[in-house]
Amino acid sequence: MSGILSLRAWGKVWSYRTTFALGLFNTVRTAVFAILIALVLGIIFGLMATSGKKILRAVSRVYVEVIQNTPILLQTCFLYYALAFSNHSIGIIMTGIIALGVYTGAYMAEVIRAGIEAIPKGQFEAAAAQGFNYIEKMYYIILPQSIKIILPPMVNQVVNLIKNTSCLYIIGGADLISLTYSFVTGENTGGAYAPAYLISGFLFFIICYPLSRTASAWEISLKQREARLND
Amino acid sequence: MIKLENICKNFGDLQVLKNVNLEVREGEKLVIIGPSGSGKSTTVRCMNFLEEPTSGHVYINGTELTSKNKTKIIRESISMVFQQFNLYPHMTVLKNLTIAPIKLHHKSKKEAEELAYHYLDVVGLRDKAHVYPSTLSGGQQQRIAIARALCAQTKIILFDEPTSALDPETIQEVLDVMIKLAKENITMVVVTHEMGFARQVADRVVFMADGQIIEEGTPEHFFTNPESERVKQFLGKIIR
Repeated sequence: MSGILSLRAWGKVWSYRTTFALGLFNTVRTAVFAILIALVLGIIFGLMATSGKKILRAVSRVYVEVIQNTPILLQTCFLYYALAFSNHSIGIIMTGIIALGVYTGAYMAEVIRAGIEAIPKGQFEAAAAQGFNYIEKMYYIILPQSIKIILPPMVNQVVNLIKNTSCLYIIGGADLISLTYSFVTGENTGGAYAPAYLISGFLFFIICYPLSRTASAWEISLKQREARLND
Repeated sequence: MIKLENICKNFGDLQVLKNVNLEVREGEKLVIIGPSGSGKSTTVRCMNFLEEPTSGHVYINGTELTSKNKTKIIRESISMVFQQFNLYPHMTVLKNLTIAPIKLHHKSKKEAEELAYHYLDVVGLRDKAHVYPSTLSGGQQQRIAIARALCAQTKIILFDEPTSALDPETIQEVLDVMIKLAKENITMVVVTHEMGFARQVADRVVFMADGQIIEEGTPEHFFTNPESERVKQFLGKIIR
């Protein structure tokens, strides 16, 4: 029943295709909103990490270190059960969006910090000497130069976020991984392990692979461009 | 126009400026010379708060410069030309020249571009308007940087070793532009090792060593009859 070559197993997966489609939809929906949160947090904390104010740098550091050094499963559970037991439950999807957004935001912040720090000090000074204030300096002068450095690793973080939607399983989510698991262990549907996980994996792959390729392509063209400029 | 009052600047334990007092009059061409590590660059960088003094006061047109008002005062009154040019590499030359006038001085794109072409003519690089800085030689980049400073139309321009990063054969083209500027009513403060330039354009020369002003005077005084041993030593080494 579970064999890769079992036609019946593949047939079963096909007849439950809407389950997989729903899982994919939930995963993508969670990921899209989580990416928005991660971007906003990443920009805010990334800028804080490179600002002149010690207190802002410290706050950013604490956020990044706490999030990066505890498991995302723990963060997700903590958020879900802490809210549930204080009667403020916000639902599984919402919990997933916030948990993944906050988690990936810490990595985005590091990516943005590194991108800003890669810009030579002279650029900051030239902008300051022209009378650009902090926001103007970042917006017109620094970030347009950083963006090329920031984009490739940022896309990689997006790919990680999409894969990390699987952590919703722990709080009973309806994402692709959770639904796949319910499917293969379900009373009526159970058994078609290999085809189900292959399909699930394939669905993740067709979303993540183009993103990864884009990131690599950007990275390569960035390096070539730099090589040309240094000639 | 610019007044430094009891300026001290420390970098950690290192005291870079020790009680510097200096006044620059409107339209004056002031040249600061001295050995490296003497605090010349830090002195000019205090004038636009790229370095905030550890203690002391900076006045621009009678207003004390603070970390709160510096952006506004710099925007209105002070431009700077750097040793490493610091042009914006992601913008064409024209964009480099027009970004501040458009975004900070609220000029229209047309006005800003007219201004940019005018100053590109002054530095003799009108044909480079649409190229990126990385395609230009050091001397050309520095002339563009001077044009960028001029586009802000400020009364004060600070030059922090503008020829020190240049190949010898391109130094003169930058100096020629600066000599041309010196004929205008712009207040120029120039940190340089170019003694010929100092002799030719300076109204006053200041010699610094070890974070202090050792001697100041007219170029004639300096190059013919300096008082301090330290200055004689320095000039003896540099002028052959």
